[in-house]
Amino acid sequence: MNIPARGSLLGIERLEAKEILGLLKLARRMNPQKARPLLRGKRIVLLFYEASTRTRSSFEFAAKSLGAMTTLVQSSGSSIEKGESLLDTGYTLRAVGADCIVIRHPSAGAPHLMAQHLDIPIINAGDGMHEHPSQALLDAFTILKHKKTLKGLQATIIGDIFHSRVARSACHLLTKFGVKLTLCGPPEFVPEVAATLVPGLRITRHIEDALRGTDVIMLLRVQKERLAGQKIRLQDYIARYQMTTARLKLAKRDAIVMHPGPIIRGLELTAEVADGPQSVIVDEVHNGVPTRMAILARALGKAK
Amino acid sequence: MLTAKSQKRDSASLLIKGGHVIDPAAKINAAMDILLRDGRVTEVALPNKIRGGADQKFDARGLIVAPGFIDLHVHLREPGQSYKETIASGTAAASASGFTSVCTMPNTQPVVDTAEWVAWLRNPERGAVVNVFPIAAATRGSRGGTLTDFAALQRAGAVAVTDDGKPILDDDVMRMALRLGAEVNFPVVQHAEDTRLTENCSMHAGPTSFRLGLRAMPAAAEAAIVDRDVTLAQQIRESRLHVAHLSTADALKSVRRGKRAKARVTCEVAPHHFTLIDENVGEYDTNFKMNPPLRSAADREAILVALADGTVDAIATDHAPHAAHEKQVEFERASFGITGLETALALAITRLHREQKIPLTRIVELFTAGPARVFDLPGRGSLVRGSHADVTIFDPKKRWTFEAAKSHSLSHNTPFDGWQFTGRVVATIVGGKIVYRIE
Repeated sequence: MNIPARGSLLGIERLEAKEILGLLKLARRMNPQKARPLLRGKRIVLLFYEASTRTRSSFEFAAKSLGAMTTLVQSSGSSIEKGESLLDTGYTLRAVGADCIVIRHPSAGAPHLMAQHLDIPIINAGDGMHEHPSQALLDAFTILKHKKTLKGLQATIIGDIFHSRVARSACHLLTKFGVKLTLCGPPEFVPEVAATLVPGLRITRHIEDALRGTDVIMLLRVQKERLAGQKIRLQDYIARYQMTTARLKLAKRDAIVMHPGPIIRGLELTAEVADGPQSVIVDEVHNGVPTRMAILARALGKAK
Repeated sequence: MLTAKSQKRDSASLLIKGGHVIDPAAKINAAMDILLRDGRVTEVALPNKIRGGADQKFDARGLIVAPGFIDLHVHLREPGQSYKETIASGTAAASASGFTSVCTMPNTQPVVDTAEWVAWLRNPERGAVVNVFPIAAATRGSRGGTLTDFAALQRAGAVAVTDDGKPILDDDVMRMALRLGAEVNFPVVQHAEDTRLTENCSMHAGPTSFRLGLRAMPAAAEAAIVDRDVTLAQQIRESRLHVAHLSTADALKSVRRGKRAKARVTCEVAPHHFTLIDENVGEYDTNFKMNPPLRSAADREAILVALADGTVDAIATDHAPHAAHEKQVEFERASFGITGLETALALAITRLHREQKIPLTRIVELFTAGPARVFDLPGRGSLVRGSHADVTIFDPKKRWTFEAAKSHSLSHNTPFDGWQFTGRVVATIVGGKIVYRIE
């Protein structure tokens, strides 16, 4: 097996803090409104084995804002439907002339497999329950628009952490910069083993405890179909963990509310919180484009 | 090393001279010469005491001479999946690994659940170079429902029954299997996995699976089944339970409980489970994916203790060859299993003897007398006079590097490619014939 090509982004876990800072700095200089043809002539494949609205469209706009060509390959309507393996799909796309592959896949580690066998940069746009590095980066970007620095901040992630790649990437990123991080939810969603992910993670079952004095609140989508198999009932979850205006008051006055989307109003949060003054949910989506421009510019060696 | 004399005699004979014999069943651990004739051990004597000539002599100076190794658990993939392995290629790999006997698992295509298929496996046309002892399916098609005809399978040459690859999950079916096994003196080999807890899982449940975002098998999925089975084995007189590829500390507790109660409960451990742990999966390396999965460091520690203290009866490889295209896929989609024959002795000597200080006599026991007892293989697992002339000769000090590409197996799905080992097989003798000799 080979080392991933330079510029690949497989996860946050193995990135050094200075690489993350470099990407964030680059993202701040990216302006989707003012196209820069940094990647003119480059071919970027968006290989999506799973549904996506935000990630896919923002990677596409990011690529096009930099002058690259993009093509979307999805599992339906491609040879994947006919049983082509992941690696054969990768070799095919490479042969077609892909300079970079952005991949979303339901299996954890799928981007790693691609990166071990292809000599072009592979960007992980979400792999199973593992990581979603571009989301963590755009979240850090968003936090830094509202807070001076990450160091010393208190943050809490509430919801289904077990199934969440967003949560895993966020845990890696935030703790690398000295954020004091609390995970909150029922044991089905936040098992004790979650605390082993990175040193210094704290787990609490009580949302009031999680929110007190916090600067950043990250909510995760509750997937009803996942609740179905669990012992926990939807109404109980809402009663114990829904983010409401009243609960929000427990956090710092200038705390921000984040959510990677898609949000389900009335479930993990109320509409008032989603649309309230402390919500930065729309900002996050907006910041996805410059962040992904930076990721692609770095991937294709044009990060100057 | 080998000198052929004139072939005047009708009977083929082989004198192994100058070696150090370790035969735990006979309590021998001394410099001895051994004479093999007509497929049997005819003399074991102090150095230079064997009179008369032999057709061949084997100079075993500086080497350990042991009873032929027995592997209780291999997948040779025939019938049906000869692109992964064949009886011929798998037994060639076995011979190069010091195994003179292998017990084949029935989860082939079709499943070996009839006397005809057992006979097919034993047919010389398969090209086996070591002894093949088929283990037949315990239930028809290994579907976990109706029991197979144990007596007929036994008459055809099967040595045990199992639904390996899958557990016998249903309490009543397991109870009936142990009862019928008791009637015909057949061990029931259990792949202990509560599959209700392991659906879509691809590794052991712990910090590593959480970090990698992989659905994972709790240790309890194994321990719960072993616990139930041991309880059943205690209740059913004369029943024989053998726990395949045991991997958890809690399952060992149940096995110890059964043994203390004098139930006929045995277990085997695979070299990868005493060597590796879940963390070694690294970045989704599918050569570290097997079932049962690599467990926690604490589980490995418990296994090492049980190997040393006698709780474990045998080292068995669970040799599970797969083609490259079945492993070079997403971790969750990759086939379970690794090849294991050619690294078994080297791992045992390197990890157990040199690092854990387990005596060589105990290691030889785990490859010989132990497994022979588990499946009751008469005349195997010892070099006492009259035994089958199956001998394994190895150099416990030889340093070497394992290269998967040079493997004798058709498949190369091993996590040990490039590993440096101490301890290597020098020659393998089956029925008095040298079937493997190191170049």
